[in-house]
Amino acid sequence: MSDEATLTRQQIRRKRKFGEPLLPEEEDETEQEHRHIIAVTLENTIGALNRVTNLFSARGFNLESVAVGETDEPSVARLTLVTVGNDRIVAQITRQLDNLVNTYDVTDLTDAEHVERELCLLKVQYSSETRPEILDIKDIFRGRVVNVTPETMVLEVTGPNKKINAFVGMMEEHGIEEVARSGQVAMHRDLEYEAPNPLASADAAASSENGTADD
Amino acid sequence: MPTDSLQSPSRSSTSQNGAVNAPTLKGSEIFVRALEEEGVDRVFGHPGGAVIKIYDAMERIQPSYDHVLVRHEQGGTHAAEGYAKATGRVGTVLVTSGPGATNTVTGIADAYLDSVPIVVFTGQVPTHLIGNDSFQETDTTGVTRSITKHNFLVRDVNELASTVKQAYHIARTGRPGPVVVDIPKDVQMDEAPFVYPEEPGLDGYTVPGAAAPKQVDRAAKMIEDADKPLLYVGGGTINADAPEALTELARKANIPVTTTLHGLGAFPETDDLALGWLGMHGFYHTNMAVQNADLIMAVGARFDDRVTGDVDEWAPNAKIIHVDIDPSCISKNVYADCALIGDAQDVLRQLLPKVEPKDTDDWLAQIDAWRADCPPYEYETPDDEDQIAPESVVEALYNKTKGDAVMVSDVGQHQMWVCQYYKFGKTRSHISSGGLGTMGFGLPAAMGAAFGMREGRDLDVVCVSGDGGFVMNAQELSVAAAHGLPLKIAVLNNNYLGMVRQWQSLFHEDRFSHTDLKPTNPDFVKLAEAHHCVGLRATTPDEIGEVIDQAWAVDDRPVVMEFRVPKEEMVFPMVPSGAASDDMLTEMFNKEKIAES
Repeated sequence: MSDEATLTRQQIRRKRKFGEPLLPEEEDETEQEHRHIIAVTLENTIGALNRVTNLFSARGFNLESVAVGETDEPSVARLTLVTVGNDRIVAQITRQLDNLVNTYDVTDLTDAEHVERELCLLKVQYSSETRPEILDIKDIFRGRVVNVTPETMVLEVTGPNKKINAFVGMMEEHGIEEVARSGQVAMHRDLEYEAPNPLASADAAASSENGTADD
Repeated sequence: MPTDSLQSPSRSSTSQNGAVNAPTLKGSEIFVRALEEEGVDRVFGHPGGAVIKIYDAMERIQPSYDHVLVRHEQGGTHAAEGYAKATGRVGTVLVTSGPGATNTVTGIADAYLDSVPIVVFTGQVPTHLIGNDSFQETDTTGVTRSITKHNFLVRDVNELASTVKQAYHIARTGRPGPVVVDIPKDVQMDEAPFVYPEEPGLDGYTVPGAAAPKQVDRAAKMIEDADKPLLYVGGGTINADAPEALTELARKANIPVTTTLHGLGAFPETDDLALGWLGMHGFYHTNMAVQNADLIMAVGARFDDRVTGDVDEWAPNAKIIHVDIDPSCISKNVYADCALIGDAQDVLRQLLPKVEPKDTDDWLAQIDAWRADCPPYEYETPDDEDQIAPESVVEALYNKTKGDAVMVSDVGQHQMWVCQYYKFGKTRSHISSGGLGTMGFGLPAAMGAAFGMREGRDLDVVCVSGDGGFVMNAQELSVAAAHGLPLKIAVLNNNYLGMVRQWQSLFHEDRFSHTDLKPTNPDFVKLAEAHHCVGLRATTPDEIGEVIDQAWAVDDRPVVMEFRVPKEEMVFPMVPSGAASDDMLTEMFNKEKIAES
């Protein structure tokens, strides 16, 4: 926006409203909605958690998932929330969260290198015919069987959101009885090693694969 | 999660560590002493079962602050707001649990939207009864969560003093706002060592000071490059005590200034660069200036929808510099090309040396041309001889006070006329309910402001109200009378809910659904007299001056002046809700134009 020749943000909005074409270099990507993962550290109290979730309903923000738990410091909780919005909305969300008196730190992890995980427990019906396939799928998703009865079994799968979605999708045809998902948790990934070189030896490639195997 | 404490352990341990030689007091006494230590000089309150221990402690201690017994808790919160806005200090309210607390909710919401620093202390049922649907129990922190800057439930008497400290700190600093402190009755009775902490000790709370120097340089460059700059000034300027710095900047760079409702008083309206206020009922030339400016510098303003109308069409050619202490205000409604996050006074002082004098004569001439095209609406004297043009009352009040008064208005048509026809020249001289638009705000707020006048500033306090809003908190008249406050209260009585009537007339084909107040309006002169005030009435234009002179001759009690005004009068110009700012209605009964749109 610093270039004098470009349109002001207000002019772009007006053009968009009246359906006037924008030149490609003026295309305003900030209006597109994206999924964001935001990590918040806050006072470890019900009141503080309530204030965060209340903010989302009071200001009409989307909230896809919330996961919260204590950190290494018992008085501090860490909350990971997933929301969807354009750049303006997400900037609002982080600033409003930062404004809360009992939040300590607010980080949008979306554009940073990060790992994200969700845990899913899924109870599915099985028969002697479907059993091998269910267990096969479970293996592909690196899941575990945590409980079995003659008609149902409970499977545990961990991974990023998309992987869980795919797993639940694969199980659908077998008759899902119950699904419990924890919500996303996420963390910065420290990059102390060099990015894997595709021309490097097979050993190195294998070890880097292990490094991100769960993805 | 632990539910037993709202405080972090580090904070409570600080207060306990510091309490080695401290006197042991009951919670109620700690509360009274903490307010003294905080330098509170006035509390607006109403007793009840859940705060009876505190009221008893006040009777025993005879604290250094004065207590004003209001007649309704809503009046108490508005009085605290008026006090805060007139003095720049934090207003204090003390009420009981349940209905006492819920009666303050409107005032708290009002203070939240208008960034007014108040602390509301509410009594609560004893800790062991919380959650049992006990007598006079409400979840006060739950009810007020989304309308407070922050709130506290004190569960341990050891945390009471530090919580009071934190509450005032949060209310006063940054973007000011209301804070609620809920104190259960058993906490008031428990004992603890009393030490008032010197620091609030809030880890997660930071207050912006100066803006990033790089952004300041960028802003200076944008001002230098602009041909049609405009300063758009809001209440944050007054909260930061920045009107002087703002005036310096405007005069140095010859930038015209438009103010929001809460910005009135931040820049002298008698100055050549003053354009008056903007937005829905702003002037034609002001809104035209906005729509044609190539640079708008917003100072302590939040681009409210009553200012912008259709955001997409607002200021289409302008780059925006936004000065605000609240980061969440930046790019919330209108995208800011340059954000200066910080205290408005600090930021303007950073900017001043970097801005060079500039020539904006062509731009100012253009604005003058718009002013000539459509001068501020010239009202007509009503044909009916026993009625008064409401605008002429505001003009008469200006002629009487010459700007040396605190003007408090309620909500409605009269509020708009005060903004249009009174020439504000002093900071903290205009008090009104802008964000929430609370009818019933005016009288108690004026009372609070008048209490504030006793502690330093010696200005007349004038309340302008309508017949609808005045009745909503009229019970506070007797409180103002009991304290001998020389309030001047002008009630512009058109026997209608005038602003709603205006919308019904303009946008709902004259269907005046339930806005006729004539059958239920009291006799305002008798109402005043029943509350130990002086009541006066003017029904012809000749009587305006007479009544005002009589009112100013009274100095030991409030005077209520009723002015009979015609119900047909409307506020113009007007930007219909959601329209573009240059799509204004400037003539009376211009319904054809509305029908087209």
